[in-house]
Amino acid sequence: MSHRNNGKSLGRRGFLKAAAASVAGAASATMLPGTARAASRGEELATLHNLAECIGCGACVDACREENSFKFPEPEKPFPTMYPSRVPVADWSTEEGRAVDDRLTPYNWLYIQTAEVEYEGETYEINIPRRCMHCQNPPCADLCPWGAAGREANGIVRINEKVCLGGSKCKSVCPWKIPERQTGVGLYLDLLPSLAGNGVMYKCDRCHHRIAEGEVPACVDGCPFEVQTIGPREEIVAMAHELAESMNGFIYGETENGGTNTLYVSPVPFELLNEAVETGPGKPHLAQVKDMMGQDENLGYAAMLAPVAGIAGAALTLAGKARKTARKAGDGEEEA
Amino acid sequence: MNRPPSWIKRIYIVTVLALLVSGLAQMPIFKRYYVADIPGLGWLAQYYLTHQIHYIAAAVFMALTAYVAVMHLGRWNREMRVTVWGHARNLLVVGIIVTGVLRTLKNMPWVFFGPDLVMIVDWLHLGFVMLLGMLALAVLVAKGKRYVAKA
Ligand code: HEM
Ligand code: SF4
Ligand code: SF4
Repeated sequence: MSHRNNGKSLGRRGFLKAAAASVAGAASATMLPGTARAASRGEELATLHNLAECIGCGACVDACREENSFKFPEPEKPFPTMYPSRVPVADWSTEEGRAVDDRLTPYNWLYIQTAEVEYEGETYEINIPRRCMHCQNPPCADLCPWGAAGREANGIVRINEKVCLGGSKCKSVCPWKIPERQTGVGLYLDLLPSLAGNGVMYKCDRCHHRIAEGEVPACVDGCPFEVQTIGPREEIVAMAHELAESMNGFIYGETENGGTNTLYVSPVPFELLNEAVETGPGKPHLAQVKDMMGQDENLGYAAMLAPVAGIAGAALTLAGKARKTARKAGDGEEEA
Repeated sequence: MNRPPSWIKRIYIVTVLALLVSGLAQMPIFKRYYVADIPGLGWLAQYYLTHQIHYIAAAVFMALTAYVAVMHLGRWNREMRVTVWGHARNLLVVGIIVTGVLRTLKNMPWVFFGPDLVMIVDWLHLGFVMLLGMLALAVLVAKGKRYVAKA
């Protein structure tokens, strides 16, 4: 079922098989001790990608598709006609659509980005498995006007496929434009399918069903090179710094968008990688990202404190009126 | 005096309109229905901008509501009483403010609400808003109905 159409990676696949055999059984190294306990206590978990080790074989991509296929959309056809006619139909459910694996789609929540860069006189080929970053304060969940996207205590950001209406606002406000839409499924079909909604948005949910069972996500498990590690965020951050230091490398995802639970460590600067990778629909960038929710924080505090101003204003007015009344009463006494 | 000063009503009308428009803009509808294509209205499709407008209008709305509440308790209640309609509206306003503040809190990096609570608060905010709209229409249509009357 090879759908990676690039000849290079086919060659790697043979290599992968041999390599996989030699490292079989070492999967537990990818989960820090105490991860399951931390998760069950509701602590935030994060993942670390050691990009120096990734060969871009795509085993994680395959593992993800296989593991999560039971969540994939099975849309009803024909789709209800949507008004106005400009409303775009997003259909990835055809055979070709489902096979696409070189970008994010509702059927492909993880894909490999490749960058060839020159850095300090050396040429590097860096492969970057890309998926949702699982932000610490995720705009996709905060700003969903229907409460369909949520952040879980263990750091997973998940779109509830039973509730999502497919309006794609999460994608618009996501700094990496991660969620992808499939038309013809979900709650909107039972409401006003031609007038509101357009399907369901799909993205990586970091194998929430496996995490709930104390297992690691399929992509972590499926990698023959142990590129990824999952663990309590604090430890993962410390590990990322150690690793970056040891290779004189760089970290992406620790502070982006105010902090995410996906940390990439690379031997070359991410600015170079960002210039070298292919970006576009379903292909996220690697640029620096400011804290999106942070921009509105002060306004939020101002709004929540505004009643104090109203109370103070009213108290002053009332006190002023009381003084005036008292003075009037006093004047009256003197005259009498 | 049998109703609050008219400047209050005027600020309320402008503020609630701003909240309604910026609140509706939180939903992906202005672009779908060409509203954001009308020259000068493109900003309605900018989620972060309309979010900021909603916060600012919410600040004015809540400051004014706090002012009116204290003025009523401290003075106006001697001159006017709240009708059944007024009580209904006040309840809805409290509901909108409580759910709105919860939604604002949830956006803070140090606050965590689980997905279920986020969803319920969201639906309640929207539900109270729709009820307030229906109430306002009913009061407008049924002539002679008022929120406050002479005490
Ligand atoms: C009459 C007054 C108001 C109206 C008509 C109104 C309307 C709306 C509507 C239609 C939405 C989008 C649907 C939803 O997310 O539930 C919304 C969202 C929201 N409203 Fe209001 N609202 C009002 C007052 C307030 C107040 C007083 C606050 C308090 C801070 C507030 C805070 C919010 C927040 C935080 C959101 C969600 C945006 C986000 O996800 O961050 N609203 N509002
Ligand atoms: S990367 Fe995008 S989709 Fe993923 S949690 Fe962050 S904002 Fe949401
Ligand atoms: S992360 Fe591992 S499984 Fe995924 S492409 Fe890289 S080496 Fe292969």
